[in-house]
Amino acid sequence: MFLLLAILLPLIGFLACMTLFRRTASTAYIAALIASGLTFLATLALIPAVAQNPARLSQAIDLNWIPYPPIHFSIGVDGLSLWLIAATALLSLIAILSASRRDSSFLAWLLLLEAGIIGVFSSQDLFLFYVFFELTLVPCLFLMGRYGKDSGRATSTGATIRFFIYTFAGSVLMLAAIIYLFLKSGTFDFQSIMAQMAAGSFRLSPAEQMPLFLAFFLAFAVKTPLFPFHAWQADAYATAPSPLGIMMAGLMGKLGTYGLLRFCLPLFPNAARECASWINALAIIAILYGALVAIVQPNTKRLLAFSSLSHLGFIVLGIFSFHLNGLDGAAYQMVCHAITTGALFLLAGYLEDRKGSSEIADFGGIASSAPWLATTFLIAALASSGLPSLNNFVGEYLILQGVAFTGFAYAAVAAVGVILSAVYLLWSYQRIFLGPKPDNGTADLSGTETLAIAPLILMMIVMGVWSTSFLPLQSAVNAKILQQTKMNVEFRVETLPSKTTPSMTTVETHLGN
Amino acid sequence: MMPSGLDLLRFLPEMILAIFAILLMLWEASYDDHGTRIGMPTVALLGLALAAVASIIAGENGGPAFHDMLVVDAFATFFRVLLLVVGALTVLTASPFLRNLKAEGGEFYSLLLLSILGQSLMAASNELIMVFIGLEISSISSYVLAGYLRDDKRSNESALKYFLLGSFATGFFLYGIAWIYGLTGATNFNRIAAVLGNPDIAPNAIFAAAAASLILTGLCFKISAFPFQSWAPDVYQGAPTPVSAFLSAAPKAAAFAILVRIFFTAFEPLADHWLPLLAAVALLTMIVGNFAALWQTDIKRILGYSAIANAGYVLVAVVAHSSLGVSAVLFYLSAYSLMNIGAFAVLSLRPETGLSDYNGLATRQPLTAALMTVFVASLIGLPLTAGFFGKFYIFKSAIDAEHYWLAGLGLLSSAVAAFYYVRIIVAMYMKPVSDDAPALDVPAPSLQAVLWISAAATIGLGVFPGWLLDWATRSSALLR
Repeated sequence: MFLLLAILLPLIGFLACMTLFRRTASTAYIAALIASGLTFLATLALIPAVAQNPARLSQAIDLNWIPYPPIHFSIGVDGLSLWLIAATALLSLIAILSASRRDSSFLAWLLLLEAGIIGVFSSQDLFLFYVFFELTLVPCLFLMGRYGKDSGRATSTGATIRFFIYTFAGSVLMLAAIIYLFLKSGTFDFQSIMAQMAAGSFRLSPAEQMPLFLAFFLAFAVKTPLFPFHAWQADAYATAPSPLGIMMAGLMGKLGTYGLLRFCLPLFPNAARECASWINALAIIAILYGALVAIVQPNTKRLLAFSSLSHLGFIVLGIFSFHLNGLDGAAYQMVCHAITTGALFLLAGYLEDRKGSSEIADFGGIASSAPWLATTFLIAALASSGLPSLNNFVGEYLILQGVAFTGFAYAAVAAVGVILSAVYLLWSYQRIFLGPKPDNGTADLSGTETLAIAPLILMMIVMGVWSTSFLPLQSAVNAKILQQTKMNVEFRVETLPSKTTPSMTTVETHLGN
Repeated sequence: MMPSGLDLLRFLPEMILAIFAILLMLWEASYDDHGTRIGMPTVALLGLALAAVASIIAGENGGPAFHDMLVVDAFATFFRVLLLVVGALTVLTASPFLRNLKAEGGEFYSLLLLSILGQSLMAASNELIMVFIGLEISSISSYVLAGYLRDDKRSNESALKYFLLGSFATGFFLYGIAWIYGLTGATNFNRIAAVLGNPDIAPNAIFAAAAASLILTGLCFKISAFPFQSWAPDVYQGAPTPVSAFLSAAPKAAAFAILVRIFFTAFEPLADHWLPLLAAVALLTMIVGNFAALWQTDIKRILGYSAIANAGYVLVAVVAHSSLGVSAVLFYLSAYSLMNIGAFAVLSLRPETGLSDYNGLATRQPLTAALMTVFVASLIGLPLTAGFFGKFYIFKSAIDAEHYWLAGLGLLSSAVAAFYYVRIIVAMYMKPVSDDAPALDVPAPSLQAVLWISAAATIGLGVFPGWLLDWATRSSALLR
């Protein structure tokens, strides 16, 4: 019920802002805040049920939508999607909070985007998943196109069209793959496809798996984005209005990595393992390339875009490590990255509001007049570069550990990316906040701004210190996924040395059966 | 021999349309000059509504009529109703459009009804000569409709092109009929199939295939399929906008109806020969339509090329060669007609149709722009629109028939299409209004009705496609 509310409330807010409050932006702002605030509360209410049995779906709702082919409105939440849904609701609330001077349709589109993203994370029906996945494009199209600002050579319309075409073209083949899965298995329901696979009544041969896997992979790789499908990203992030930037950078990329983890691995285990080597290579390239390009970016939002490319490379690397630590790290990092990148984009937006530009060269010495802005940015930057006791450290460490078990070289090279991320983040901090340019009169964080950034900073610390309150829920689902990827592997798989992971012995022996 | 009452009942929709068409023509004779024709659109709508009721009644008493010349089955009924709905929406769009130009005349409505009569005859015919008669009635009225604005050069050009190429294609069709009659001694679909399917008396397969390709050529012109597609953008651009809306929906739907019926009944025994050919035609039609549209700067031309591409999608479902495919054809044609008429109705608001003329429409007419966005989103195939489910059913039928390459390439070409459709949205929402933009009129009530009906149907079918698909599935079985 709460899950359905979490999708319906933003939708109701969207309709209300589009119709009732169309002309009164201030009322629309309050309505949007109420809608997204209630949504956030609804997502918090999901936690107890999921915590009891994280590997099982809770709050499942299964309504017939279309009789034939049998498409269901089937949603549910488990340990893997729970924190992503909560992070979506939190970031949406903050994005809306920071959009106080926008008109009603801007707020309406943000709410639709929120509903779409929560829908993606909770869909249990592959067709419904595709519908939500595509639906997220519509609000982005309008938000970027109408409210975007040209940035340097990149025009906002050009960036919008490129973003739309890339992501739309990337996912059409996934529709074909979903249809194929339906025709072979007789259902769009993900859980029942998995049940059929477990029972052995439905089996995809490796020859079938490969094209299907690639179709899914392409859609998710473009959305994430993974190198070399990232050409839309930097312009899109740089021209997007800040509240949209928070949601795009923080959440849209996770749609891709979530899809990889949730669907690609268990549905097409053979193909996923077969492709793992080159996907890992792409992920490594993304990590290093993203980090190196980020260093030389003169624009804060572009810097954050390439930083995202680099960090999402870590997540993909973790997913395709096929080790529980790697999967856990990836799942954890998805949530952490949403929070830190969301915070960094929020702060970049604040800087842009103050100076009317997001070029790093236009800033300098802001720390003296706006100490709180500087401090929060520093915390977020440190979190993003993986400082221990802040959230990203946990995710990245687990990923590297998982990767090290399967391919030590990958882990060694990827670790360089961690160092590089510290370079570009701290250097940009230095140029923006310390810098040579004496700055006076830059306003510090206002009340609303503090209210928006505080929960994110708090979450960075909480998730860095008490990772044990979040991780086990995801880990339970990841263990299930990992087991599913081993289920009908028809070619030889190196079984992992269980002695090196004492804490995971139970899982490994269980898998051995 | 006198026709029986049942024969007449099954032919009732066409008779009603003929009566109303003649009535309107005679009524027009009582006027001296062109101007407002109060009541005429209403009478035309009444005729269409009565014909729709008659179609449903005829459909419930279905069966062959006039010695197997016609066959009234669920398939024919579906198309009759679809054509009549398209006709009604066209009347509602055309009336304010023509009034604006002071060119409203009874002959417009009369020709429109006659054109629908021909198409509805095509949908129900079970015999090549009947198809030809229906095709000619429909085409000749359409040629005149395309050139209805006599003082407009573009409209004249459009009519002439349509007429010359159209009659050329009809020649192919007629020649194909002659071949078939020479080879099989029959014009009735079932009898042709019986002869072609019987190895003892079947003519040489090469000759039969040649005859089938002649007929296919004629039909490919009507559905604007590759390589006979080049007329579509020119004709759509030049014709009066409501006529373009009509031409992109009704004659195409009827031509698809007869394509499916001829090839799934008469030429069924030759399926191995024409299926690969049709698959190639489908693929090339999608690719040519979508890629050529990328460089267009006029929305009517964009929709013209998009009409070509959409014909390609429907052909994919035909190639699937299954009842699933036929129901996808029916569903997509309905969805396409609704969204396309909606888009053309928006264009009929004003004479300019360049992409840049629509810059900043969202700030000047937010509601119109929003409705246009719905139609464009549906043409792109975004979820929760009729167009999305249309494409979904089409490609599902293709994948079901194991045409993986066709489905994959078709889907990719539909992603290419997103580019030129998005440009329309970009112009409306993201470009500033030019300073010399002319003032805009508020849409007339009947036009608003068209916009709202099409938008509601587009979204309605996008959220609950079940009932139409149900009907389409029930109508997909061809009476043999």
